[in-house]
Amino acid sequence: MNAPAQPPAAPPWTPRIVAFFCNWCTYTAADLAGVSRLKYAPNVRVIRLMCSGRVDPQFILEALRRGADGVLIGGCHPGDCHYVEGNYKMLRRFGLLQRMLADLGIPPARVRLEWISAAEGERVKAVINDMTRQLQALGPLDLPGKFADWDAEIADLAATLQTESAKEPEATHTWEPPKVLVQPQ
Amino acid sequence: MVSLKPEIRIGFYVCHCGHNIASMVDCADVAAYVGQLPGVVLARDYKYMCSDPGQELIQKDIAEFGLNRVVVASCSPLLHEHTFRAAVAAGGLNPFLFHMVNIREHASWVHTDRAAATAKAKVLARAAIRRAALARELPQRQIPINPGVLVVGGGIAGIHAALTLAEAGKHVWLIEREASIGGHMAKFDKTFPTLDCAACILTPKMSAVGAHPNITLWSHSDVVQVDGYVGNYTVKVRRRPRYVNEELCTGCQECIGNCIYKEPKFPDEFNEGLGKRKPIHIPFPQATPQVVLIDPQVCLNFKRGVLTDRCKKTCVEACGDRKAIDFTQKEETKEIQVGAIIVATGFKPFDVRRVPQYGYGTYPNVYTALEVERLVNASGPTAGEIVLRDGRRPSAIAIIHCVGSRDKKTNRWCSRVCCMYSMKLAHLLKEHSGAELYNFYIDIRAPGKGYEEFYDKLNEEGVHFIRGRVGEVTDWAMIPEEEGKLVIRVEDTLAGVVRRIPVDMVVLATGLEPHADAQAVRRLFNMSCGTEGFFLERHPKLAPVSTFTDGVYIAGCCQGPRDIPDTVAQAGAAAAEALALIDRGHILQEPNTAHVLADCSGCKSCLPLCPYTAIGFDEATHQAVINEALCKGCGTCVAACPSGSIGQHLFEDDEVFSEIEGLLTADPEPTPALAATP
Repeated sequence: MNAPAQPPAAPPWTPRIVAFFCNWCTYTAADLAGVSRLKYAPNVRVIRLMCSGRVDPQFILEALRRGADGVLIGGCHPGDCHYVEGNYKMLRRFGLLQRMLADLGIPPARVRLEWISAAEGERVKAVINDMTRQLQALGPLDLPGKFADWDAEIADLAATLQTESAKEPEATHTWEPPKVLVQPQ
Repeated sequence: MVSLKPEIRIGFYVCHCGHNIASMVDCADVAAYVGQLPGVVLARDYKYMCSDPGQELIQKDIAEFGLNRVVVASCSPLLHEHTFRAAVAAGGLNPFLFHMVNIREHASWVHTDRAAATAKAKVLARAAIRRAALARELPQRQIPINPGVLVVGGGIAGIHAALTLAEAGKHVWLIEREASIGGHMAKFDKTFPTLDCAACILTPKMSAVGAHPNITLWSHSDVVQVDGYVGNYTVKVRRRPRYVNEELCTGCQECIGNCIYKEPKFPDEFNEGLGKRKPIHIPFPQATPQVVLIDPQVCLNFKRGVLTDRCKKTCVEACGDRKAIDFTQKEETKEIQVGAIIVATGFKPFDVRRVPQYGYGTYPNVYTALEVERLVNASGPTAGEIVLRDGRRPSAIAIIHCVGSRDKKTNRWCSRVCCMYSMKLAHLLKEHSGAELYNFYIDIRAPGKGYEEFYDKLNEEGVHFIRGRVGEVTDWAMIPEEEGKLVIRVEDTLAGVVRRIPVDMVVLATGLEPHADAQAVRRLFNMSCGTEGFFLERHPKLAPVSTFTDGVYIAGCCQGPRDIPDTVAQAGAAAAEALALIDRGHILQEPNTAHVLADCSGCKSCLPLCPYTAIGFDEATHQAVINEALCKGCGTCVAACPSGSIGQHLFEDDEVFSEIEGLLTADPEPTPALAATP
């Protein structure tokens, strides 16, 4: 089927990654990567939080729901948290969330937790490039699209049920007292 | 739909930062895109937003267009957030109605595709616009600052910083791990390039520290715990026992002369083990404080550090009425309150055993540079005579540069001082012994006032410079002239030949390393380290003595290798920064604290999460209560609250959600007409 006016060719798909970086280590490391003029893939969009402990699992789910193909969380190395132990709190939540995501069919590579200290600009570059490459291979997650598909499926199913129930009379169940099999002595 | 909320009027500014941003991001395009987003009243691009005209532009627009939110897309908020907050405040808006987008460090500097970088800048700006619409006015709390300062480390950096602050009338606690202040500089013989005697220029400053009424000097002590925040630190210091009462000891040293050990028997740390000392000793003649100490590991009155009372205690007899010696002295922990902290913990010389090919420990006549400093010193173990460990006097001496520096196998960095101190030692060794001197170098690095001239002077003195990294030091003789000598095997890279040079003494110019416990110290003060382990400054150019923790400053070699002039300059800078902080009298606290919302159900999930015990529980209302003075604003409790009943100023849930939405909304945006405010 030929469209009358060819729209400009859409650019090839690349993943969209939302990152939550802690102010003290990973955000600073990303700044260092910039100051050092390291070059990395433009697929990551960073949200600055004070601590990785502030990352509510709902933020991650929200990002996926809104169409992110992956979520990256960056915090200070264990033992180095600016707030003593916020990163450990994140680590625990992350473990639980990964199990839940696996049950939902979202592969673990899509949500990644990395410890990157303020001195590790190189690591920011390496992690972002690596994650972009992995997600490129995995392809789009497209939860919004899936939601639409599922909604359509449900609507379709509801419509089918409606038409079928119109054809057949509604099944009825009447209660009968159970037959007594063994007489009490 | 009728909204009672006041109209959102956002002003958006995108900064070119000269070419820094404009070369990779189409700033005019970003401004045009953001200009049609809902709530945006005006969008401009400007060459330098942080300049005075840039800031005035914001202020003018606030008045003229009735802006009630300001978003600037420029560099990192860690760099200029406070600049723009101040500009917005000067324009009459609450400073927290400002939001910053990082399109330099996070976009223009790290991407190579202009279209992709511009698209990313647009997306980041769009998210910030959505978030800014939800920004709340916040009050800024003032916290008083304690005027005391803690200086950690009593080397030249700590001494200089402490004296500067004390002269300005501030009370300083100077904590030193060793028994005396002075650090490495006290061990040096002369200083390059002027050949000033190190002790002559250092000891007056040490005495000044000891005598200054504003300085409390605690040597033989360690900082064990640091709590609190900028302006109000509570520091616990462990004072290890020296078994001598500091107040009562007069420094007469009669006890040392009367020790049951008639001769010094134990390796003397100050002389790098080249000399001997007694169990009761003073580190060096000019030690500050002038107080002796007893080494419980070797004193006869102890057995492996435990008091046994089996010595005749001739030292106590010698001390007599002064009664300064106290074998029952116990470790004490003291608590002090300070407003600022200067960390000047210095460096550790590279452990030369890590390069076994140079034969340290195998051949007795291989020395480290620091050992040679003591060897050439008039108050050193040989009174300045160059007498080798085997009793000989050298006629040829090799100095090997870059041992533990500029080497991928050990440390990659240049230690900056080794070239210069090697040349200084070459000069001193030649002066003291008349021997032939050979320097083996990779490059001569003499960048400093009078340094290159010093190198010229050495060349004129007839010191040999051979360019090449030494392969090995060996005692294996190939020809009779090499018998009984140490042979340097080296490729002379200027002549293009491999040479064997027989010498009597080898000096290893050891590099500078972070202390072995640098990581522990870093955690104590909540600082960061670079990959090599030196403490990380807040900004390499513009905040070289500040750290990421407000109120904690660094000075000297703990931040990276440097010479004495640079260390002193840095110590002065750290003192000035600390002074600027505490003289203000108060600080403005970032209002990013957590707060409990009215619908808290009292489940107490948050209580154990707070590392600062800022969350309490009100039994009357059956709700959690957050003490905002204790809260540091990490937001861990906010994320953990199962009912979403804790908020965090500046990082409210709805703000983060709107930012997520803004990042991911599909391009292009819906037309502005849809969301236009009435």
